[in-house]
Amino acid sequence: MTTVALTGESHSATVGDYFALLKPRVMSLVIFTGLTGIVVAPGEIHPLTGFTALLCIAIAAGASGALNMAYEADIDALMSRTANRPIPSGHIARGEALGFGWTLAVGAVTVMGLLVNLVAATLLAFTIFVYVGVYTLWLKRRTPQNIVIGGLAGALPPAIGWASVTGSLTLAPLLLVAIIFLWTPPHFWALALWRSSDYARAGVPMLPVVSGKASTRRQILAYTAILIPAGLLPAAIGLAGPLYLAVSGAIGLWFIIEAVAVALERDETREPAAHRLFRVSLIYMFALFAALLAERLLHIAAFASWT
Amino acid sequence: MFVSDTQDKERRRRNIAIALALGALVVLFYLMTMVRVQP
Repeated sequence: MTTVALTGESHSATVGDYFALLKPRVMSLVIFTGLTGIVVAPGEIHPLTGFTALLCIAIAAGASGALNMAYEADIDALMSRTANRPIPSGHIARGEALGFGWTLAVGAVTVMGLLVNLVAATLLAFTIFVYVGVYTLWLKRRTPQNIVIGGLAGALPPAIGWASVTGSLTLAPLLLVAIIFLWTPPHFWALALWRSSDYARAGVPMLPVVSGKASTRRQILAYTAILIPAGLLPAAIGLAGPLYLAVSGAIGLWFIIEAVAVALERDETREPAAHRLFRVSLIYMFALFAALLAERLLHIAAFASWT
Repeated sequence: MFVSDTQDKERRRRNIAIALALGALVVLFYLMTMVRVQP
């Protein structure tokens, strides 16, 4: 365990260090999928209420990131990808990060409950519980299924956005949750393939470390084979239209090609196919939700021009 | 405890950020109250 700034008070932390604790890149994807949930949900929401819901989702995601960094500071210090984070680098003390994270988490859920609705607030609290309690504190150091089950936390924002508008949950938002849930394992295992030595050094039981790279490649392919058809289902249940279907089909095919390339990869040092799959998976997720958003906004614009 | 000028400057910037966040929260609650009390 690192001995730097895990306790006590840090005096050198900048505002930027605290912003980095919120994992802004993860937060941006959560905001995007949460916004899609709000926009595609049936019914109306006042724009300011919608903004408040999105703000709460973003702050809760940031709080979860800060708490994750606080509880995993010892692991982060051992991995090259994470050694420069604010706690292992000594800029922020672990206790301060814990206080910061829990304050934001409780604040986001409270504001969601007071200003939006209780269903959305309950889902938001459940998301924080899954990421911090189930993934970070329980599964991360114990099982290679850590990111499979923990991935539920990253998958829930569209459902929270949907519940912010409707005050309830139906099959449609849960399908969006299922798509992100199935997307998470191939996305993170692609990263883990070329970072496996880092994870092994930190003692994190990621799938390539525990079961080997061959098994990881097979599991990436298996999850991709389920994900791509699931990615087409929003069009089948009427949640999405032809634009979404075309985007999901085309980039889904690209995803499958890269997953097959990962399965056949022989360069275990550089893992070029895994790098490509990681990038394609990000494009896939962004494109799916962008298509959903675009279709709904075009529909609203067309409807407005008729009235 | 000794605090250098740089540390003092960073503390001041952190305090300003907290003040702005709290101010934004007050404005948000005020505006949302207006939205809710509208007929």
